[in-house]
Amino acid sequence: MLIFTLKRLLSLGLSLIAASVAIFFVVEIIPGDPARLMLGINATQDAVDALRTQMGLDQGLLARYWLWASGLLQGDFGISYTYRVPVAEMVQGRVWVSLPLALYALLLSTLIAFPIGIIAAAKRGSWADWLVMGGTQLGVAIPNFWFAMIMVSILAIKYGLFSAGGFPGWDEPLAALKALTLPAFVLALPQASILARVMRSSLLDTLSEDFMRTARAKGRTARGAMVHHALRNAMIPVLTIIGLQFSFLLAGAIIIEKIFFLPGLGSMIFTAITQRDLIVVESVVMLLVFAVILVTFLVDITYALVDPRLRRRA
Amino acid sequence: MKRAFKMPGFSVGFIMAFTFVAAALISFFWTPYGTSGVDIVNKLHSPDATNWFGTDHLGRDIFSMIMVGARTSIAVAIVAVGIGVLLGVPLGLAAAARKGSLLDEFIMRGNDLIFAFPALLIAILITAVFGPSAINAIIAIGIFNIPVFARLSRAGALSLWTRDFVLAARVSGKSRFRISFEHILPNITNLLIVQGTIQFSLGILAEAALSYIGLGAQPPIPSWGRMLADSQTMVSFAPHLALFPGLAIVLTVLGLNLMGDALRDLFDPKLRRDRQ
Repeated sequence: MLIFTLKRLLSLGLSLIAASVAIFFVVEIIPGDPARLMLGINATQDAVDALRTQMGLDQGLLARYWLWASGLLQGDFGISYTYRVPVAEMVQGRVWVSLPLALYALLLSTLIAFPIGIIAAAKRGSWADWLVMGGTQLGVAIPNFWFAMIMVSILAIKYGLFSAGGFPGWDEPLAALKALTLPAFVLALPQASILARVMRSSLLDTLSEDFMRTARAKGRTARGAMVHHALRNAMIPVLTIIGLQFSFLLAGAIIIEKIFFLPGLGSMIFTAITQRDLIVVESVVMLLVFAVILVTFLVDITYALVDPRLRRRA
Repeated sequence: MKRAFKMPGFSVGFIMAFTFVAAALISFFWTPYGTSGVDIVNKLHSPDATNWFGTDHLGRDIFSMIMVGARTSIAVAIVAVGIGVLLGVPLGLAAAARKGSLLDEFIMRGNDLIFAFPALLIAILITAVFGPSAINAIIAIGIFNIPVFARLSRAGALSLWTRDFVLAARVSGKSRFRISFEHILPNITNLLIVQGTIQFSLGILAEAALSYIGLGAQPPIPSWGRMLADSQTMVSFAPHLALFPGLAIVLTVLGLNLMGDALRDLFDPKLRRDRQ
């Protein structure tokens, strides 16, 4: 297990380096002078030169990458050109909206998908199964931002059950949670549909295994065999999907935040794009990619805990 | 193809998806009304006999806009799938032909890296650098399709490399390159078609999302995602503005997914034999 973890840790480090290089060079290949681009055509040469120095553009490519990457490692994300404050400070306030939103959605997605996936598999071919398969097919096809608009106009505007947007802050935990509930639900729905389908098909594969028949022959009830033998074995593909979904949820949160006017990383990144504040875009994208890579790492470790066979193979 | 149409899922899906492909094609020659003119007098009409789906805040006919919008969605999605197939499949085949080599490792780790970037983040990065446009949306979605097809063709090809007919081809002196294209590729076409259908539907969703947040097709090109974005502030008093573009997205995506699922079921018996 230790060797497995170390190997994964090494691959985590390499992925982070590769990702940071990729992001850095995509932003680097902008035609023209980034400083000029950010300041617009009316800027004086002095202002452009000042920004070039501030951005380290007067140094070589490798030196600049090193400056940026080593800064990231120390939590220094650079200074936003528009707001003249450290990007790290801007991120700190907003990450506590985006991250809880994605995690809340992940929780909802799992809570919705597990029971319906299990029911569909246990009662394969029944009307419940058909209902689940039809419903999840629809859930995958509905764009969540459209679903969000409908939910807001019905649940929030017409019936006033939820707030239509905004975020009160974590000083009022209950109000904050309530403000995140509808966005998280909307965000979770397509992912829950996918997860339920994976859960169902993975369980069906497991249920047809020999050891399931053995379990029943030993006198386990159908429910007992399902809980003690099938579920654990069916978890590997399900865990993969949960891990992947976190990255979709984190990225998807960017759109949903826009609809619900939530002050998260999403709205920050859009403002930064319109203001051409590339330092902010670069750093926030890197932060999100870091979160995704970290989650993939954690999922790999969880696998090995759930399934000892994977430890040996690695 | 005949067998596919015997499956109810495929037929229903085909009708749904084909309706929008047809609408997109017809829109090149004819739409009920123009989509670029502004007609403020007739703004925000509810659906009726003259404007089947109503009019938007500038008085443009929504039915016509959806027809032209289908063009944008389908074009973006098809080109994005094309990028994924044209770049991803050769990479996957090359990785499988030299399994375990440095090339294989390099290709697969590169794929992992792209997978770590959700498509939306790639799009954000690209638009931040090059500015928003339909072309950049295609690139963003297309890049994300590359690892999908590379992994799929590598996995499909690996199982084929152990088969007798490939061995026979090697004995007859064919190069790995020729075997990949003459023997492996035709045998993974089914896999690619199924995945292509699914990526196509994901591409439609992604294009809509990107246009919705303003990073996709720019005005005056109509696009379903931007129609939804435009409707957002008016949805409470003019729900038809959001209803029809949304339904267009749902029906196209649902149709493509139904087709993909049916095709997978159709091809599955063969896949199962391959695995043994």
